[in-house]
Amino acid sequence: MLAKRIIPCLDVRDGRVVKGTQFVNLRDAGDPVELADFYNREGADELVFLDITASAEGRRTIIDVVSKTAEVVFIPLTVGGGIDSPDFIQELLQCGADKVSLNTAALRDPDLISRSAERFGSQCIVAAIDARRVDNLKPGETMRWDVFSHGGRTNTGRDLIEWVRETEQRGAGEILLTSMDADGTLAGYDNEMLAAVTDAVSIPVIASGGAGKLDHLYDALTIGNAHAVLAASILHFGTYSIADIKEFLAEKGLPIRPVREADEQE
Amino acid sequence: MTSLVIVDSGSANLSSVYKAARMVSLNPTVTDDPRVIARADALIFPGVGSFDHAASKLSGKGLQEVLLLAIEKDRPFLGICLGMQLLLPASEESFETGQSGRGLAAIGGLVKKFPSGLPVPHVGWNRAKPIDGSLLFRDLEEGAYFYFTHSYYAEPDREEVILAKTEYGFSFTSAVNRGNVYGVQFHPEKSGPAGLRLLANFGKIIADPQ
Repeated sequence: MLAKRIIPCLDVRDGRVVKGTQFVNLRDAGDPVELADFYNREGADELVFLDITASAEGRRTIIDVVSKTAEVVFIPLTVGGGIDSPDFIQELLQCGADKVSLNTAALRDPDLISRSAERFGSQCIVAAIDARRVDNLKPGETMRWDVFSHGGRTNTGRDLIEWVRETEQRGAGEILLTSMDADGTLAGYDNEMLAAVTDAVSIPVIASGGAGKLDHLYDALTIGNAHAVLAASILHFGTYSIADIKEFLAEKGLPIRPVREADEQE
Repeated sequence: MTSLVIVDSGSANLSSVYKAARMVSLNPTVTDDPRVIARADALIFPGVGSFDHAASKLSGKGLQEVLLLAIEKDRPFLGICLGMQLLLPASEESFETGQSGRGLAAIGGLVKKFPSGLPVPHVGWNRAKPIDGSLLFRDLEEGAYFYFTHSYYAEPDREEVILAKTEYGFSFTSAVNRGNVYGVQFHPEKSGPAGLRLLANFGKIIADPQ
């Protein structure tokens, strides 16, 4: 049976981690390679680098970050943020990334998902989707969500469920789903949205946005039926360690890759 | 000094396999030169992507013959992911695309698509349960987790080549072995400490083939 995955997300700007610099036991917590290795040793199942570098030339630094990380961290690495061409994907894969996440560029040009999946395989292509609940429902209308692009700034007017189905059909291998309503609230994932998406597609869904307590992770993986949870604040601010999370979820009976295996490195 | 070659099949996980092999003190060369591959004492054959694409690339580069020769001579060989599937003669992936890519046929059987109803690709960490006494899985904790990502799985036609099995709705073959030739469906280069240990074990097999 597949283990439920715990995935730390590192925000990287110009080659430096910009959140999660609270760790006293790191030499340089702003160094993405060191933080990646730290989470790897803690038992992370995968890592996501979200490149929030603004300039195109500055974005080259993420290649260097991934390459150096892949020298010391032997778990899957996903890179997202500003990826808009198969050639850039190729560079990232060649330097050690295993997957890339496509967001705004895929909304602008959905065929990018098809072309990339065809060239590199579905296993490389993650559809990253930011969505927000639609409030003003007409009487009789069921719950729905709009998809946003440009880091949540632009409402594309696309319906979430239609878009997740399209990304799957175009060859995305996984969906990284962020609830803009829940993000940063620490009040829990949007489990209704998760359940609606995991019901609509058969590819794995990674839940993102809203985790503040261990129960929230459990709920996303059970009520929301997510395959994996992305965790940012809850880890970066040291509220819980990956070991805390995994122990909690394993005790609740979920299949979890034990942390002790990760302890044995070297 | 034994020479280890990582076969460059244009696969996306090439650099990760190289880095992981270096991490466990192996000293591989990465090449697609059939002459170098023909002289190698041991081979790692990584693969990601479609069966047909990889199969046609192999025959186009003249790699099919040298890989078969290495297998025939029972040199230590490790196929990873699609590299394991290519040890079999054919894949249902070809039937779907109407192509007819041919695998190495070092191990009999067929590469099959996961039955409908299961989330596909099978992606994430799952346990591989090896048969007793396997050198490749030596010193690994029972039922250790490895990282998988694939939509097809190998179904050998003979029980004795099955080295490990994994549960995903049903029990499928996640590692095969015949002599010094091994194939693993998961990615040891992305499976943390367990994966590195498995690669180190392959290093021991290279140093002391059966």
